[in-house]
Amino acid sequence: MKAKVYVTLKNGVLDPQGKAICHALESLGFDEAQDVRQGKFIELELADGTSEARIEEMCRKLLANTVIENYRIEIA
Amino acid sequence: MKSAVIVFPGSNCDRDMAVALREVTGRAPAMVWHRETVLPDVDVIALPGGFSYGDYLRTGAISAQSPIMAAVKRAAEQGRFVLGVCNGFQVLTETGLLPGALMRNAGLDFVCRDVPLTVENTQTAFTSAYKAGETIHIPVAHHDGNYFADTDTLDRIEGEGRVVFRYAEDVNGAQRRIAGIVNETGNVLGMMPHPERAIEVAQGGTDGRRLFEGLVRAFVDA
Repeated sequence: MKAKVYVTLKNGVLDPQGKAICHALESLGFDEAQDVRQGKFIELELADGTSEARIEEMCRKLLANTVIENYRIEIA
Repeated sequence: MKSAVIVFPGSNCDRDMAVALREVTGRAPAMVWHRETVLPDVDVIALPGGFSYGDYLRTGAISAQSPIMAAVKRAAEQGRFVLGVCNGFQVLTETGLLPGALMRNAGLDFVCRDVPLTVENTQTAFTSAYKAGETIHIPVAHHDGNYFADTDTLDRIEGEGRVVFRYAEDVNGAQRRIAGIVNETGNVLGMMPHPERAIEVAQGGTDGRRLFEGLVRAFVDA
């Protein structure tokens, strides 16, 4: 089975890389770009039957730093 | 005073740290590979700077899970001194031994220069050889030194005097210009600036030396 994990910065945590991307889009003429937040996408190949609780544990222990990041799990 | 330096794959300040410890304590530290599970009998454990695991995932995140870190955590809980510099500070926040996180510098640039620091608290063993409020100059060299914690955490560590070094000018966007903090019991210090790179005149400054001297003094006085 596969699981997808999306790691994003919490609201209120400054994202200088997202800001730089936003500025680059603006300078390319994409005036629509108002704000950019950058995150991570992690694809996991897991043993069949792995519980969501186990994947949560992976997120809390390693994949995300919950001081600054949120995570969202999608099981394919 | 006996010491050890933990070496991770990608550490690059481990030898500078070893030289500083040897120069000031008079004894060569044990160099401990991160795969080890047992620490030698030492008083001070240093986590050096560098780019352990290539900063993959997040700075310090993979190293924080290294086998030796369980032993470092236990040693810290027993009151041994733990000094994390630069990547070592990042590893300490990732293990939860220190609060907060170190994020990409606000200006996105790698910052590599001497910076002025204010010594905010001289009541720790690490800072006992400095004068309160003194400005010292220590080099920084990092891309991810932008200290972040939520407001409650910031207020708490400030109130408890746990911010021991503060940048005297904005260096990397760190909240409240925090450059170094200690844990609740004062035996774990994490700091982005490199005191081991300022221990003799040939390095351009000696303000880092007193950090190690303070530690040595803690053992002489004990």
